[in-house]
Amino acid sequence: MTLTTEDVGARLAFDRGTPGRRGVGVPRWTGEPTPLPDAHLLRESVRLPELSQNEVIRYYGALSRRNYSIDTGTYPLGSCTMKYNPKVNDLIASLEGFAHAHPLAQPEHLQGILRVLHELQGYLGEITGLAAVSLAAAAGAHGELAGILMIKRALERRGDLAQRRRVLVPDSAHGTNPATAAMAGFTVQELKSGPDGCVDLDALEAALGDDVAAFMITLPNTLGLWERDIQRIVQRVHEAGAYVYGDGANLNAILGRMRFGDLGFDVVHLNPHKTFGTPHGGGGPGAGPVCATPELAPFLPAPVVTEADGWYTQFRPDDSIGRMQQFHGSVGVLLRAYAYIRTIGREGLAETSGNAVLNANYLRTLMEAHFDLPYDRRVMHEVVFSGNRQKRQNGIRTYDIAKRIIDHGLHPPTVYFPLIVEEALMIEPTEAESRESIELLAQAFIEVAEEAARDPDALHAAPQTAPIGRMDETEASRHPVIRWQPRPE
Amino acid sequence: MADVPPIPHQAIPNPYIPNTDADRALMLDRLGLTSIDDLFEELPAAHRSPAIDVPIALAEADLVRMLAERAAENVTNRPSFLGAGAYRRAIPTITAHLAGRSEFATSYTPYQPEISQGTLQAAFEYQSVVCELSGLDVSNTGMYDAASATAEACLLAVRVTRRRAVALLEPIHPNTIDVVRMYAYGGDVRVDVVREASEITDEHACLVVQQPDFLGGIADVQALADAAHEAGALCVVVADPLALGLLRAPGDAGADLVTGEGRDLAGPMTFGGPSLGLFAARETFLRQMPGRIVGRAPELHPPAGAPHDAPARIGYVLTLQAREQFIRRERATSNFSTGQSLIATAFTITMQTLGPQGLRESAELCYQKAHDAARRIAALPGYTITSPGAWFQEFLVRGEKPAAVIASALAEHGIVPGLDVSDRAEPEAHEALLFCVTEATPAAHVDALVQALSEIGGRS
Repeated sequence: MTLTTEDVGARLAFDRGTPGRRGVGVPRWTGEPTPLPDAHLLRESVRLPELSQNEVIRYYGALSRRNYSIDTGTYPLGSCTMKYNPKVNDLIASLEGFAHAHPLAQPEHLQGILRVLHELQGYLGEITGLAAVSLAAAAGAHGELAGILMIKRALERRGDLAQRRRVLVPDSAHGTNPATAAMAGFTVQELKSGPDGCVDLDALEAALGDDVAAFMITLPNTLGLWERDIQRIVQRVHEAGAYVYGDGANLNAILGRMRFGDLGFDVVHLNPHKTFGTPHGGGGPGAGPVCATPELAPFLPAPVVTEADGWYTQFRPDDSIGRMQQFHGSVGVLLRAYAYIRTIGREGLAETSGNAVLNANYLRTLMEAHFDLPYDRRVMHEVVFSGNRQKRQNGIRTYDIAKRIIDHGLHPPTVYFPLIVEEALMIEPTEAESRESIELLAQAFIEVAEEAARDPDALHAAPQTAPIGRMDETEASRHPVIRWQPRPE
Repeated sequence: MADVPPIPHQAIPNPYIPNTDADRALMLDRLGLTSIDDLFEELPAAHRSPAIDVPIALAEADLVRMLAERAAENVTNRPSFLGAGAYRRAIPTITAHLAGRSEFATSYTPYQPEISQGTLQAAFEYQSVVCELSGLDVSNTGMYDAASATAEACLLAVRVTRRRAVALLEPIHPNTIDVVRMYAYGGDVRVDVVREASEITDEHACLVVQQPDFLGGIADVQALADAAHEAGALCVVVADPLALGLLRAPGDAGADLVTGEGRDLAGPMTFGGPSLGLFAARETFLRQMPGRIVGRAPELHPPAGAPHDAPARIGYVLTLQAREQFIRRERATSNFSTGQSLIATAFTITMQTLGPQGLRESAELCYQKAHDAARRIAALPGYTITSPGAWFQEFLVRGEKPAAVIASALAEHGIVPGLDVSDRAEPEAHEALLFCVTEATPAAHVDALVQALSEIGGRS
């Protein structure tokens, strides 16, 4: 049996070893030996597989072929902005002078990387209209934590923290928003969205008070809709003495066309793996740049890069909330984001959002006769349909539709999010897809909808063409097996 | 920007947008619109289309040339003895080759397991490697870095003990203290930095121990874990994973939670990131873990055409998700979402390529090379190794001259000295430099260091 025909999942690398086999030759020390520390401090051995290099290559090669990726095909995962990941950016991040820079080296050995990071801070400040920027956070949720803690520190400094303990979050928000507010020590109040999918101004008014610390809002929102009352929202939150926190996850929709700072936001985080095309790696690494007003600048997480007379150094803002990570942050990711911005340039910003929004609206138009559209409005970068019609008429759930989409050679959209849409199907094509691939994507959904009416069992049985079929996820959580164990002899 | 050649943008079509003018015209027509700007008419007019001061587009060749110049402005080719949390390691070439495969690199979090088995199975391998290294029962798929993973471990300890303070044992990396303080500020948790395990009280949720410690010393985890447990606290160990090829598994020595930095065995240090925070725990804390966890699952139905009694095929899924933010929202164990999946895959490939002998030999080679370098320095007149007790790859060097003088003299010799730790309180750190030698340090660099120290002279 070969790796192309066997049940790859049943045999881990741990099960494939042969005693005595080696994957790499480690030199033996032939100089004067130093005795090892006392035996009670040492271990016998570590259980790891013994594999030849070729075996490692074939095994992980086989695993990689069991993944769908952007480089495989359309990946319209709503809210994730899975656009093309430029290869030249990988090359740039691997340049020796960047790759081997030690985080504690002296500034005179780091001028190249510090200059790039400083310029990136400047670009992100320009793009968001919030000039105080720190690149220290490791991911979007990490950036959220930084931003909310900056607000906490600001409230503390103005003597308001004991009183302001509530953070308001719309019910359409990413789960990271309420989780972040809770990690920062606040209580969370969820705001019900209005019938148009936007923040309900009356609900906001009722919730605002002198105990509110911040309002967290995603713009455009997670339904892919523009918040029509955004200026009024910002004004009312500020009048109530609270801060406006912006989740920049959907920046791709307004890139180069609207800036959070111009709208009065106090602090936002960005996701380079969404907006700036850095590879997501199957779940990271990301980065979480934070952009803020001058008022919040003293609280930015450290380090921040600064420049004086062409000399670049790292510094810790006066009243920084502290460090997010041991060192500077996800520099390898930030380098790719920098290269992306330099490649598309100033004009490419609005071109990117323009094509992303055009593609999403085109997709909406092609599909709208076939699926329920809970909010019948022009969309921004993504469109949220509901599988309610198929559920009601055919006994088919969104889950089944997603699995059948796999058999069309595509990645399914985001499903069951936002939570306020029943049977949600959240589709984000991005600007990186062509008109034809949008049409093929729409065609696949329409064929699945038609099949749901004709042969619902085909959907229940999907996927048929994936490396593996549906799995027993209930069993996985009821009897968790989360590590390899040697098989009984 | 002076370095940017003034190429008109029109000369460089955006290579990442496939729609042509004809495509756009057709699509707009279908939408009943005449221009792309019409799609944005809901946006407040006063703020539409702001002037944004970002440079104009660069052609690929110009981009690469410009950034190659920037990269060359960093000095990274000198003999360097800086460690202090970032270590040059010997990483097999196949690690970058395999982890760089675009099927791994350009996929998202594996929400659709049927077409994400590569990421998921690699994550299961990773969890298994971390359990083996740490001597603990369960691991998540990895966190941002060692320091933030340690902070999350402290928050876990606070949740399970219902105590509101944590104790960090010196010598510990000062940036780890800083990161734990940042997370603790969020959770309104008190952070005490202690010099002796005996300072821990029944107010502390955990005792955090770095292994090897910030000054390179090997800790006796068992004794420290016993002290923590006597006070009813958990023991968290922040371990160097290469050192764990040699040192007793912290879990076997009483640690309840183990964190660590995986970056340096996964790929280049890139000025410190992206990194990889290892996070392992005793099984009893499984449902309190932050981060994502991958579990094994049988396939629900046999594939078409398979014999009726064929065993179910095995796959991997994200599991125990009721802990996580996208389900539990403000009651989640953490806000953790995107982590370090690709770095974890690379770390796993390095570990499994090394295998049990390779890991042990790498750790011993690191230990032997570092001790040989220390011995040669100690043989020079005027220099002393002040590290007390056993150490792994970092050691303290003191001359009769001030540490800063020796450091700048080494820099003049073209050598990057060890970190100046002379401002620390430990007596052994007084006027000392913290040198790091690993298995990847070239012998010629050590020769150059010894030669330079000899020329500088240890005597005042």
